[in-house]
Amino acid sequence: MEAHQALDTPSIVPSVIHVTDVSLTFQTNDGPVHALKDINLTVAKGDFVSFIGPSGCGKTTLLRAIAGLEQPTAGKLSVNGMDPDAARKARAYGYVFQAAGLYPWRTIAGNVKLPLEIMGYSREDQRDRVRDVLQLVDLQDFSEKFPWQLSGGMQQRASIARALAFDADILLMDEPFGALDEIVRDHLNEQLLNLWDRTGKTVGFVTHSIPEAVFLSTKIVVMSPRPGRISDVIDSPLPRERPLDIRDTPEFIDVARRVRDGLRAGSASVEG
Amino acid sequence: MRHILPIIAVIAAIVALWYGAAIWMNAQWTLQQAERSETSLTLAQVVAGSFGQERPRLPMPDQVVAELWETTIEKKVTSKRSLVFHAGITLGSTLSGFLLGAVAGTLLAVGIVHSEVMDKSVMPWAVASQMIPILAIAPMIIVVLNSVGVQGVLPKAVISAYLSFFPVVVGMVKGLRSPDLMQLDLLKTYSASNAQSLWKLRFPASLPYLFASLKIAIAASLVGAIVAELPTGAVRGLGARMLTGSYYGQTIQIWSALLMAAMVAALLVGLVGVLQRISLARMGMAQ
Repeated sequence: MEAHQALDTPSIVPSVIHVTDVSLTFQTNDGPVHALKDINLTVAKGDFVSFIGPSGCGKTTLLRAIAGLEQPTAGKLSVNGMDPDAARKARAYGYVFQAAGLYPWRTIAGNVKLPLEIMGYSREDQRDRVRDVLQLVDLQDFSEKFPWQLSGGMQQRASIARALAFDADILLMDEPFGALDEIVRDHLNEQLLNLWDRTGKTVGFVTHSIPEAVFLSTKIVVMSPRPGRISDVIDSPLPRERPLDIRDTPEFIDVARRVRDGLRAGSASVEG
Repeated sequence: MRHILPIIAVIAAIVALWYGAAIWMNAQWTLQQAERSETSLTLAQVVAGSFGQERPRLPMPDQVVAELWETTIEKKVTSKRSLVFHAGITLGSTLSGFLLGAVAGTLLAVGIVHSEVMDKSVMPWAVASQMIPILAIAPMIIVVLNSVGVQGVLPKAVISAYLSFFPVVVGMVKGLRSPDLMQLDLLKTYSASNAQSLWKLRFPASLPYLFASLKIAIAASLVGAIVAELPTGAVRGLGARMLTGSYYGQTIQIWSALLMAAMVAALLVGLVGVLQRISLARMGMAQ
């Protein structure tokens, strides 16, 4: 319940991501594409924020801009009070992509160790962190296996472990479970919530699944395409503790309906 | 067992074809001899006369095998008539040229992948270099290097390297560029340096391409080493064996040197294959 109160009074909780009037236009051969237009958003520490919308609404672009992988053409972005490039260099976030993208020539432990090697952690520190973080995603028995020996869901868990291995307090995830089947996805969603609860990280999560967004998030950002913009921001009334069957409660269904309305309004305004 | 039968069948077919061709080609000499001595021969005599000639147009497989046996197993390896000795000479310059070519090719590929200027300027020259017939440029390289006092193995190795660097450049450029955008973005989120991306991602990812290139490169190196022995009037090496063989019409000697070269090439490519299997298996990328 504490977290819930904190959400109602954001001034107490420091905000970690500030997006102010951000627009991003790609120059293509077919003319400019307005991927993002006048985006304003504040993410508080410890928030689980989902970005949901149809394809082409700029949700991935927004996440990439927060990560400093894309440069906004207008507006201001700050992460932990720094610009995204500086935040990246300060290891503010771990990024999880749509595909696990593990190196086939490294074991699971080797893959998780990769960012630690690059960032110059000591050997002992690397070993301890790999062990801890593999335990966190329940892969401690698979550390010496190669990626092809693991299922798709386990590979994605390893890639989450890789993003958690260094002490980033923000986790950015771009449709990490999009390629997985429903049952595996449910299981991973539960694990992710559990992990978020234990680590207290701030999570940015791109998805196109309404139940996934509602189940996971404290804040749901509904986006609409052409140009990509925010059509609704929903602060979830659901408690932090969320068993899977919360999806049958009236509160859950209410939030899901609001998200669906937001999505419909967004696409209607495009058609109209 | 299922694989052995087809292999034996193919070998038998090749040997039969070879005997047939040899009888047909060598019969002319037998017939000429008969014409001169004004005797006439039966078909059996013509066929029999095709065997065991001293300078046949096409040596019989058994003659080549006998020559190979004599010059490899029976001769001392230090003897100038030992094919093992000559193969060793050629192997030396092949391997040093291969090493030079592989290193040069890899370095060029790293440069090309990291620098647009190098991509635009070096690649066309690399392609152009392979358009020149090696037979034309080999004597030039040897003469030029000789005039600056470089002799021995190095000029031959340079010619081998000239042939072997190219497949390595092409394969490694492709291999170093094989990581997808997501992989590169991931490293960017770690603020990895170019050197780190090279060692941690690009180089390991390129290894399957490298080994494929090395197989071509090592065979090309051997060709380069043999060609390098031809214009110099070298007296040692498989190329020299072929050259002296052709001076004196010793077809058996030429063919046994050719077969030896083919066996050395097969051995070298096989060795690279073994190396490939071991390293990829150790990297968990067994194919």
